[in-house]
Amino acid sequence: MAEGESALVELVKTRLREFWRERGIIFWVFGFPILMAVGLGLAFRSRPLELSRVAVVASERSTEVTALLESERVEAALMDEASARRSLGRAKVDAIVKWQGGQPTYLLDPMQEGGARARLVADEVLERAAGRKNVLQAKEEAVSERGSRYIDFLLPGLIGLNLMGSSMWGVGYNLVVARKRRLLRRYAVTPMRRSHFLLSYFFSRSFFLVIELAFLLAFGALVFDTTVQGSYVAFTLVAFVGAASFAGISLLIGARVENMESANGWMNFVQLPMWVLSGAFFSYERFPEWLHAPIRLLPLTALVDGLRAIFNDAAGLLSTWPQILVLAVWGAAGFAVALKTFRWQ
Amino acid sequence: MLACTAVSAPAIFCESLVKRYGDKVALAGLDLSVPAGVCLGLLGPNGAGKTTTVEILEGLKAPTSGRVELFGLGWGKGNDRALRGRFGVQLQDTQLADKLRVEEVLTLFRSFYAKGRSIDASIRLLGLEEERRQLYHTLSGGQRQRVALACALIGAPELLFLDEPTTGLDPRARKTLWQVIEGFRNEGGTVLLTTHYMEEAAVLCDEVAIIDQGKLITSGTPASLVSALGDVQFVEFELEGALDEAPLSVLPVVVSAERRGQRHRLCIRRSLAALTTVLAELERQRATPLGLSTHQATLDDVFLYLTGRELENGRG
Repeated sequence: MAEGESALVELVKTRLREFWRERGIIFWVFGFPILMAVGLGLAFRSRPLELSRVAVVASERSTEVTALLESERVEAALMDEASARRSLGRAKVDAIVKWQGGQPTYLLDPMQEGGARARLVADEVLERAAGRKNVLQAKEEAVSERGSRYIDFLLPGLIGLNLMGSSMWGVGYNLVVARKRRLLRRYAVTPMRRSHFLLSYFFSRSFFLVIELAFLLAFGALVFDTTVQGSYVAFTLVAFVGAASFAGISLLIGARVENMESANGWMNFVQLPMWVLSGAFFSYERFPEWLHAPIRLLPLTALVDGLRAIFNDAAGLLSTWPQILVLAVWGAAGFAVALKTFRWQ
Repeated sequence: MLACTAVSAPAIFCESLVKRYGDKVALAGLDLSVPAGVCLGLLGPNGAGKTTTVEILEGLKAPTSGRVELFGLGWGKGNDRALRGRFGVQLQDTQLADKLRVEEVLTLFRSFYAKGRSIDASIRLLGLEEERRQLYHTLSGGQRQRVALACALIGAPELLFLDEPTTGLDPRARKTLWQVIEGFRNEGGTVLLTTHYMEEAAVLCDEVAIIDQGKLITSGTPASLVSALGDVQFVEFELEGALDEAPLSVLPVVVSAERRGQRHRLCIRRSLAALTTVLAELERQRATPLGLSTHQATLDDVFLYLTGRELENGRG
């Protein structure tokens, strides 16, 4: 059966060449997640707390007050009352301090978030200058741990999205194109084993899975200093189950659809809800409580939750069994139905 | 014993083949038998059932009823893979994998077969030396057809199914393919060819079968079908003015007359006297025919006579 084995090898090589020589797919698989990570990583990077901006209305003690306030937590500016009010209205300052009869008055816009904080900070400075003593000796410590930043949350989400997308394009879309071009029909009249043909998708997906994972993890480590807190083996295994699961689902799409338009429609129908619901970009905890259970049954949610647990919380492989179960059921169901309904013509 | 029946069995055999799609009848009881080593041309207008017939023979579709055998073996009896290893297929408009090089396409197809031609031999056979490293999607129509034929031949098949192998090709490219197909036949291969080109059928086929509306209308060698039309020839010409057809039609030498726009076509007895009689009648009517030509009956005429349609224009 040497010829059978070489047929499988040739089919896998064909898959790899098709994938590798399709530049559009390369962008979606490698370029797109990078752009997302860079864009969102920059937008939501951890920043030092912003300074409170205070306008001091010019009056007899205003220069002294301004000098007092100007500190590492406050940015103070001296101006006349009209321009101070204008600045407050345009959210250029958070609060206005006005010295009247030896006492400070704070002018705040209740709609502005920073107002209350600016008042507290300014008030403390002025009170202390007036002689108030702190009773407690408070200490402060800056905390920015790995695994707690937005990029740590985002990267497993992007990896999940990437595995879903590349399965859809690499399996479902590829099959529909081959059917449309009557290539499936051409294969069906050769002695090629049907199982080899379908297996070739499985192997090529597994191969690219490793490359995609390595690429995205290396990118995260180099650019954002992310690391897998749990085990790399567990992370890869969950990713593998996820990729296999999506291969099964997209095989189902590719089993019968005959033209690119319907293929696109079905792929969007499958992917778009999960883009929004499955917590790739933001936690699905923000959706109403009753939605959480059904959302957890979606394959992308299971994949991203599983990856995230290992990536950020150093969870073991065994503790991700509910996610693996969900993925396995989706994948097995997809494969089983696809094999029954697959159309070679 | 099995080997014995396989040797004597025709390469293609089908009997009372019926295929229905809902209410629509695609095949209404078709019988065909193609002995090994014969090239059969399957002719018919669009919708006649050619494609359905070929798809059933190739095992892609199951007939509603009837019997199908290749080399004495039926489909769905555990021999399917072995059967597929014994024939090669060229589909009319299959596009092979775009992103593969010609030699990669051939290597892929070769890997499906237990035995067959080497990649180098296939490339030489079809004259693809220069295109060998080219990506499939950069090939011209003629080059693609050559790759498709190379794939059909790569498993060293005993039987070839060719679906309009030269449609849309220029005469030179067509000649190249014809030579390869003839070479295959000369080595004892069996061919089932569907085509719209009567010339192609006349050159390549030992026998032709004309089907229409899911039934076999007639079959035989091209020469026998032509001679069955009788001892006739055809006169064609164009006229700018009107022609009174009645006096022409009643001439005893005229078998039939028809007109399409300004183009007239007469079927007359095959003799110089018959031709002279017709020309005399045109002369009497003071008609000056443009581009007058006469030709002996061809397969085109047989087809037109039997189905009332022209073959090449019958395409949808």
